[in-house]
Amino acid sequence: MLQNKGNPTINKSTGLPRKRFYRARAHSNPLSDSHFPVPLSPSHVDYSQHYPQLFPAADQTGTYKKIQFADIGCGFGGLLISLSTLFPETLMIGMELRDKVTEYVKERILGLRVANPGRYQNVSVVRTNSMKYIPNYFEKGQLSKMFFLFPDPHFKEKNHRRRVISPQLLDEYAYVLQVGGIIYTITDVEELGEWMKSCLQNHLMFEPLSQKELEADPVVKLLSTATEEGQKVARNGGQTFQVVYRRITPAS
Amino acid sequence: MEGTKMDARVDECERDDGNTQEDAPMEESEQNNKDMEVAPALVSVHPTQSSVAVALGSDLRVFNLLDNSAVSLMDESGGAYHNDSIRCIKYGTNGKLFVSAGDDKLVKVWSTDCWRCISTVVSEKRVSAVAISNDGLHVCFADKFGVVWVVDLPGFDGTKASLNQKAVPLLAHYCSIITSLEFSPDGRFIVSADRDFKIRVTVFPKKPLDGAHEIQSFCLGHTEFVSCLAFICTPDSPQGILVSGGGDSTVRMWDIISGSLLDTCEVGTKVEPNATEGNCSTVTNICTIPECTLIAVAIQSLRGIMLLTCDLSSRTLSVSKVVSIDGENFVPTSLGSSISGGLLWMVTGASKFRGSDVSSLSRVKVISGFKKSNPNASEQEPTVLADSEIPGGAKLLEKLQGSISIDEKVFLAAADAVKTAMCNLLIKKQYSDEKREFRKRTRNDKKSKQ
Repeated sequence: MLQNKGNPTINKSTGLPRKRFYRARAHSNPLSDSHFPVPLSPSHVDYSQHYPQLFPAADQTGTYKKIQFADIGCGFGGLLISLSTLFPETLMIGMELRDKVTEYVKERILGLRVANPGRYQNVSVVRTNSMKYIPNYFEKGQLSKMFFLFPDPHFKEKNHRRRVISPQLLDEYAYVLQVGGIIYTITDVEELGEWMKSCLQNHLMFEPLSQKELEADPVVKLLSTATEEGQKVARNGGQTFQVVYRRITPAS
Repeated sequence: MEGTKMDARVDECERDDGNTQEDAPMEESEQNNKDMEVAPALVSVHPTQSSVAVALGSDLRVFNLLDNSAVSLMDESGGAYHNDSIRCIKYGTNGKLFVSAGDDKLVKVWSTDCWRCISTVVSEKRVSAVAISNDGLHVCFADKFGVVWVVDLPGFDGTKASLNQKAVPLLAHYCSIITSLEFSPDGRFIVSADRDFKIRVTVFPKKPLDGAHEIQSFCLGHTEFVSCLAFICTPDSPQGILVSGGGDSTVRMWDIISGSLLDTCEVGTKVEPNATEGNCSTVTNICTIPECTLIAVAIQSLRGIMLLTCDLSSRTLSVSKVVSIDGENFVPTSLGSSISGGLLWMVTGASKFRGSDVSSLSRVKVISGFKKSNPNASEQEPTVLADSEIPGGAKLLEKLQGSISIDEKVFLAAADAVKTAMCNLLIKKQYSDEKREFRKRTRNDKKSKQ
């Protein structure tokens, strides 16, 4: 697993991966068909591979615990790492399209598990295209939180259809979220923030959280501070736009 | 399970494909960027079998079985019929409407009384699947980018033809080609299948123009593209039992309320090796035969059809028999049946192929004699009807086939084209880098100005 002897990509003292060996472009084309394995259905997701300490056997029928948090486009894993200790009883997973970045997060989690026995066992990452394969990973109403932090803005109008938040993709996110589950989005691009807000506002399966609820939620503060992207924006003195909505039963 | 869409069985199809598509790409594309692709022949039967329709390339042929006459289509809605390959045709279950759509990006809705085109809808992309809601108020069509659109049908008085009814998005399978679209028998759900192995069941809302946002379930289990969908009607489930066929050579049965897989039938292993050429046993079409729990399955390279029985109490599928078509090289490209007629209509053929004086082929055959669920009925064997025994007889064949009899040579020339047509439809094309660059430059998917 961890190869710290003579492997320059891992920092020998912390056991954590060095980011400069895992650099990748910020942008990845979600339309191209990459070749990575996709589970046939949510019951085929291998929990023993992701959470080996919690699920020692490869074959678990009727697992008592399922993944509840999903970080879509998790990047270098900053949010997941923070959430892991904030919610130690909850299983969570990051989904990332870029190969190198996924490898970085894997190594990071492994390094943290070794350095902190018993902790970080509830967090994992998978390389996949979440715009196509979310129903393969999660059952109906499985998730209680979904995160979309600093998604690719796809500025040109002809590329708007590649945005990870769209009226049609919200159908799928509503499907995997339980009633009462929360979708968190944040961006530093104002137009994208307006777009995401408008998509969520117009979708009959979502309603906004009240100001009180936002203030009471410990996760909301993490949106702008926990990730590398968020920290970069803060360093540059940029503004961020948060849109947080709850999954509801549509009025019929 | 890998994300790749190709496997050894379809590699063969792709190699054959080389002659028609990939070689000499530059000259063909330069001379006519819109060369019609080889398209498989399609058949659809009116719910009460009052008419039968066949689509071959851009040609739509309808035969009226009530008065035994060929139908002349009237299209005054602005488009001069279809001008590129028709990819999907369907009758509405209430029998009043018929829809046709395809590569010309037009969706045409026809009244089945007078066979006049009452509405033409323009699609942004080529259309790959269509469905009419059970109440006949909406038409849904899927484009090659994975979006399913819905359009209101004009108040039905059959007089005014309308052009450019505006369609709105209903739902989408992100970046997947939708291969089949079906409404559940009770009309509560719309089911869409795609080339990325997925089947989505969505609640069809009271106001479809606002979009269908409530997903009921996903039916996941196919390990290859899903090519076709059909419903079995059963008294205990008003929403029916869903049956699907796919590139993994299986036919699967689903409970659409929960999305669970009820049973899988590996039809690939049941097909005798000498009945098919090579090892291609992709399921290309399925058709349920009402009033008995039989499912007819068309398998690529099988000269005939396979019949499956569905046991409703145990919810299982099993192979009943293979009905071969002797004496002709007949591999069905499309199947159809009416709700009452008890006949299975089949067509084989393709448009625009080389190697013969005749550039297209369409051959219609019918199978009858399906056992009804009445145990007292005498043992009936499904039999392939002779041309003279087909309803409509020679007149129907002349209209739907273009001629009464087809030369064996034409069949041979068509065989490759038929195979290519089905492959093109279902297999993701792999382009060389230069070809891909060329396609990017000459791509034309701009929104039409309306």
